[in-house]
Amino acid sequence: MLKLNAIYKTFNAGTVNEKAALNGLDLHLAPGDFVTVIGGNGAGKSTTLNAIAGTWFVDKGSIVIDGKDVTRLAEHKRAAFLGRVFQDPMTGTAASMQIEENLALAARRGQPRGLRAGITAKEREEYQESLKILELGLEERLTTKVGLLSGGQRQALTLLMATLKKPKILLLDEHTAALDPKTAAKVLEATERIVQKDKLTTVMITHNMKDAIAHGNRLIMMHEGRIIYDVKGEEKKGLHVKDLLAKFEEASGSEFANDRMMLN
Amino acid sequence: MNIMNLLTALPGAVAQGLIWGIMAIGVYITYKLLDLADLTVDGTMCTGGAVCIMMMLKGYPVWLALAVAFLVGMLAGFVTGFLHTFMGIPAILAGILSQLGLYSINLRIMDNKANQAINVDKYDLLVSLRYIKNVPIYQNTILIVAVIIVVLIAILYWFFGTEIGSAIRATGSNPNMSRAQGINTDVTKILGLMLSNGIVAFASGLYAQYQGFADINAGRGAIVIGLAAVIISQVLFGKIQSNFAFKLAFVAFGGVIYYLVLQVVLWLGLNANDLKLVSAAIVAVFLAIPHLNAKRKGGAGNA
Repeated sequence: MLKLNAIYKTFNAGTVNEKAALNGLDLHLAPGDFVTVIGGNGAGKSTTLNAIAGTWFVDKGSIVIDGKDVTRLAEHKRAAFLGRVFQDPMTGTAASMQIEENLALAARRGQPRGLRAGITAKEREEYQESLKILELGLEERLTTKVGLLSGGQRQALTLLMATLKKPKILLLDEHTAALDPKTAAKVLEATERIVQKDKLTTVMITHNMKDAIAHGNRLIMMHEGRIIYDVKGEEKKGLHVKDLLAKFEEASGSEFANDRMMLN
Repeated sequence: MNIMNLLTALPGAVAQGLIWGIMAIGVYITYKLLDLADLTVDGTMCTGGAVCIMMMLKGYPVWLALAVAFLVGMLAGFVTGFLHTFMGIPAILAGILSQLGLYSINLRIMDNKANQAINVDKYDLLVSLRYIKNVPIYQNTILIVAVIIVVLIAILYWFFGTEIGSAIRATGSNPNMSRAQGINTDVTKILGLMLSNGIVAFASGLYAQYQGFADINAGRGAIVIGLAAVIISQVLFGKIQSNFAFKLAFVAFGGVIYYLVLQVVLWLGLNANDLKLVSAAIVAVFLAIPHLNAKRKGGAGNA
């Protein structure tokens, strides 16, 4: 479903701030794979998602989504294949527009937009149904401006928007990191429900190792723009946080002294 | 200070205010919906009038002259949008470049004259300062412009409810999210700028007819008047929960209030040459208010 073939990306090349963010990253995902991604700050986790999404083009290597080479495809065109949820709840929704308008925008992802109605009566009924999966009561508030929602509600809505039109790949970039633990758990539950329902191929970055172990069928650990540990299936299920810490020290030769990698 | 002088001047002020209200609706599209400050309008507020008057002088009917004015305005908006998106020039600078370029183009359109007059008795004008009083009601400029505004708002209300209109609004609200939803934000920005400048040029065509001449300086400071109308509408009606159509109507009404206030301060004895300074100061104060309020509450303002 997704093939990253030896991709490289260097930011600020030729300056003192030069940073090789991706160093020949290889990653192949089978359809229905739900992979969690962990790694320290600057490991290249978000950079990987941005490379897939086309926020900028990679320096070298190729990106293939469902058999289609998208390496040189603009961000808004690639969006047809992708659902994205960002870390910052403000990023994924249009605050000055209503819940139903945001959903209608998402429902038209990957389609040419013309002079047809931006939202139809039939869609409104559908959205009322789809919103129920979030279990937040948003189905009663279709015409509320998204700016009035809490961070957790906005994040859950963004998740629904990302999956309203079944994406080839769902990209979750620490989408629960900015939420309080209770809300984060709720959003993560909703994520699990949606991913299961549609059997979505999913890449989820998290800084919570327990979540990384508990969710998905595959786990990868990144360090300095490369994958240093890749585990799936039964082996992944048997993992413990201390295994991951040991693995990190072994592979990277350094301590996992990073307060962003929470152990709880 | 004769109160009668003021009262006789008021209908004219209302008519001018309504025409500038149309222009302000154009400004609203870029400034509020797209979140871009577009200075092209200082040029297009002259271009539309120049096109309209010159075409009518050559014998074309008024509806065609206004339609072409609208299209030429859209073209100017396209240039600004192109400079901004594909050339990566900041929106304000892109607008200033277009505006400066338009000065020469406007002179060309007007046969290299700074002023082109049109005789209301010889040509079939849609609006004129002569059509305010002592004309049949269906010829009354205030009524005609009001009807035009209602039609314009109806069209915009429909358009911004369509898929492409929603995409333009989303672009102004959150460009990152828009791209993630597959919207080409370069295209939506260009479309918004085109629509905005088309409307401004259309208003310019009406304004030139109203005054009876096209003038090279007609657009000077137009953006400030447009912003003033938008801001007045927000200060007066911002608290009212209203749908998009009413918001646009309030903007047009903001133009009327601006001209009424103008008329009053002139009547109170303000030198007409000082008007632009006063307008600039008033708009500056209102633009600063959200920022200062935020500061007072302890947060960082982002106005």
